[in-house]
Amino acid sequence: MRARIGPWIAIIVGMIYFLVPLIATFEFSLRMKRGEYSFEAYRIVLGDPNFQASFTYSALIAVAAIIFGVLLVVPTAYVVQLKLPRLRPLVEFITLLPLVIPAIVLVFGYLRMYNSSSWIPLTNSVRGTDFLLTCAYVTLALPYMYRAVDTGLRAIDVRTLTEAAQSLGSSWPRILFQVILPNVRVAVLSGAFLTFAIVIGEFTMASLLNRPAFGPYLQLIGANRAYEPAALAIIAFIITWACMGLIQLFGGGRQNAARR
Amino acid sequence: MAQTTVEIAPSKPRALPLTWLGVVPFMIFALMFLILPAGYLIIGAFQTPDGSFTLQNIANLNQPTIIKAYRLSIAISAASAFGGALLGFLLAYAVVLGNLPRWIRPTMMTFSGVASNFAGVPLAFAFLATLGRSGLVTALITSIFGINIYRYGFNLLSFAGLTITYLYFQIPLMILIMTPAIDGLKREWREASAILGASTWQYWRMIAFPILWPSLLGSFLLLFANAFGAIATAYALTGSSLNIITILLFAQIRGDVLHDPHLGYALALGMILITGLSNGAYIWLRSRSERWVR
Amino acid sequence: MAFLTLESLTKTFGNQTTIHGIDLAVERGEFISFLGPSGCGKTTTLRMIAGFETPTSGTIKIDGKDVTDLRPNQRNIGMVFQAYALFPNMTVADNIAFGLKVAKKSSAEITKRVKEMLELIKLPDVGARYPYQLSGGQQQRVALARALAIQPKILLLDEPLSALDAKIRISLREEIRAVQRALGITTIYVTHDQEEALSMSDRICVMNDGRIEQLGTPFEIYNYPTTRFVASFVGTLNILNGQVLDSTSGRLGIDDQEIFTARELGGASTGDTLSLALRPEALSIGHANGGSNNLNGTIDEVHFLGSVVRIRVRFGSNIVSLDTFNRPHSAPPERGQPVTVNFTREDILVLDRPAI
Repeated sequence: MRARIGPWIAIIVGMIYFLVPLIATFEFSLRMKRGEYSFEAYRIVLGDPNFQASFTYSALIAVAAIIFGVLLVVPTAYVVQLKLPRLRPLVEFITLLPLVIPAIVLVFGYLRMYNSSSWIPLTNSVRGTDFLLTCAYVTLALPYMYRAVDTGLRAIDVRTLTEAAQSLGSSWPRILFQVILPNVRVAVLSGAFLTFAIVIGEFTMASLLNRPAFGPYLQLIGANRAYEPAALAIIAFIITWACMGLIQLFGGGRQNAARR
Repeated sequence: MAQTTVEIAPSKPRALPLTWLGVVPFMIFALMFLILPAGYLIIGAFQTPDGSFTLQNIANLNQPTIIKAYRLSIAISAASAFGGALLGFLLAYAVVLGNLPRWIRPTMMTFSGVASNFAGVPLAFAFLATLGRSGLVTALITSIFGINIYRYGFNLLSFAGLTITYLYFQIPLMILIMTPAIDGLKREWREASAILGASTWQYWRMIAFPILWPSLLGSFLLLFANAFGAIATAYALTGSSLNIITILLFAQIRGDVLHDPHLGYALALGMILITGLSNGAYIWLRSRSERWVR
Repeated sequence: MAFLTLESLTKTFGNQTTIHGIDLAVERGEFISFLGPSGCGKTTTLRMIAGFETPTSGTIKIDGKDVTDLRPNQRNIGMVFQAYALFPNMTVADNIAFGLKVAKKSSAEITKRVKEMLELIKLPDVGARYPYQLSGGQQQRVALARALAIQPKILLLDEPLSALDAKIRISLREEIRAVQRALGITTIYVTHDQEEALSMSDRICVMNDGRIEQLGTPFEIYNYPTTRFVASFVGTLNILNGQVLDSTSGRLGIDDQEIFTARELGGASTGDTLSLALRPEALSIGHANGGSNNLNGTIDEVHFLGSVVRIRVRFGSNIVSLDTFNRPHSAPPERGQPVTVNFTREDILVLDRPAI
């Protein structure tokens, strides 16, 4: 086939558009000390106790959201696939809702439904608000988590695995946790890393629920400092890259095998 | 609850609890964190503070600030979705069908995975460092061409600036969605059309484009909703100075601007309507254009 | 003058040559099959004729005109692909009409032609359906109609039946051949199925490793294969290794037994090892058909196939298969039983010498 010029132009222009902001940001982040390039901005950011605290907080909420999300999604996807295929359209519709209803609208609803004068006053206590934020993140990640797990379940033969385990006398929880879950581990992991990438710097929900998360911290720094935001952007980019890299690392081999 | 079920139905001792375990928590979660909160706002939009029915909240949306905010939001979302869909499609096409070296495709896909999730506050920082008043590219253009783009009306904190910024996650998202769809175009279709006398253009117009149309449209609407609900990037770029609907609602929730929660409900209802309608339109168009799909 | 000619057609991918200078002349109205295992170059050759691949060197002429450098859409060729090549977004009628629409024919003419084509493939009522609503066999018939609608000079078929199940394959191949005869269209048919090639073709072009091994009628190819490859690929021929004991009298040693060929073994000298081909249907058990060659062996395996019983007999290091008809009143022989296999001198085909 002829090697064509068009695709090359598209790719090169695309690469310039995607790489230039990264280069510019990196360059900017090194300019904190006058007249020389240094990692001063990174040193200040990483040494900032607020950075450490907010990052730890967001990471913890992310992990909680991942665990909660997996426990919620895996049994549902499993049952829908095996027992109640009639429910599939409904469940898929629900999992796509978070893409339709903007996050800011959802959190507005939470604030109204779970405020101090409501039936379930979650926002009254710090723990309650943390729980609410975790649930909010589960909701945000729901489309991705459900997709990943559902695809994973389709790739293995759920019915045969289940029947094999049943014929060996396994109980349901055993089947779910010792047979199904390990077999969709790759799918669950990629859902988990994607959730982490989405949640770690999330701003809107954390900010409106008034929790000291990484997203609001980033915003605060951005409003008050010059060079640190650039350093933070690079750090955030690296975190996202690491999450995607881990997805590839865990998922790559299996995907290729499936494609063949 | 599960325990009693077991005793009632001893013939199927383990099937029922699992079915319950799979569906009930999920449905409760969906109700509590998706359907009821949205429903609460929707109903609230039609209520007076004391709970009786009214259309006044909806009527109150008819204020210059709010109308302008909706307009700007829709404009930015449509522009970035259109640009993202177009450029993302071209890149996906180049990656799949461009006969480029092998390493480009996995690199592009990984990068798209990263960039499509690199949104929010850090993205704003990156574009401030690039196209802000003292950004690298701004400075480069000034020193090379002697033109200060800010003096010629460019502003990162504007329709154009925000659209360019949003494209950074819109294009990769489009690439991720469209690559499998373009992969789905069978080589035989192109060859069959060629041997029947069709030009490349005729192949695209009569076969490839009609086949891809539902995915293209669906991606566009997804990109639109993606931009429409976005706030963090805009907020970090501009503070609350840019009048888009999410920032307006954000301020409203914070209680900074208007002290009427029911107007907030109406704002939210408007947003749900816009994203909901675009998705409904997508489902309808898809069912019409995909008669030939199994 | 031949209608389609290939002249020293060569194709090189990178530094690997996959087609080594093919020469072929196809007559007008002829049905010719390219037969060979996957990777033998038959599909690449077909795709060069269609214009999807550019030959590295050599020329392709259709009806005296050099088309080597024409694009596929300028060649006026009809092609049927392996499977799934119908445009899924168009109805059957629109699929068939596609080539005519592209050629800017009038809508009255298109309607008429589509109707003709649907009748030709005996599916007059499916015009309004979408491809997914048809069976695989029906889809391939529509694909045939679509290819023929533009009245091409040449029809190319690239393993059109390989994705279908066995019964439909047989009925469809008869139908394809009937349509081809009715239209008198020059046709090239690529397949790896020897039965398909034998039953459909005027001539078969057996290919291996990017070269033509043998070109001939199905009768010639099956009965007189000229190379070991052709013999083993076409039909379930038995191949024996025989040691030349006396080339003038055609005396050969099969392990420790002896047989005679009908002709002299010209060019072979005593002690050479030759490949000998024996067709299963030429062999019989016992001395019933009175051939002068007998080989004693033991029954290795018996496959009961219904009307035919296939028996595998071992002589030392050589194994042959032979077919006997099922006789309801006598049980087939059993494994391990000693038997004599009988055949005539004329049934022995001497092939090229084995590589080892």
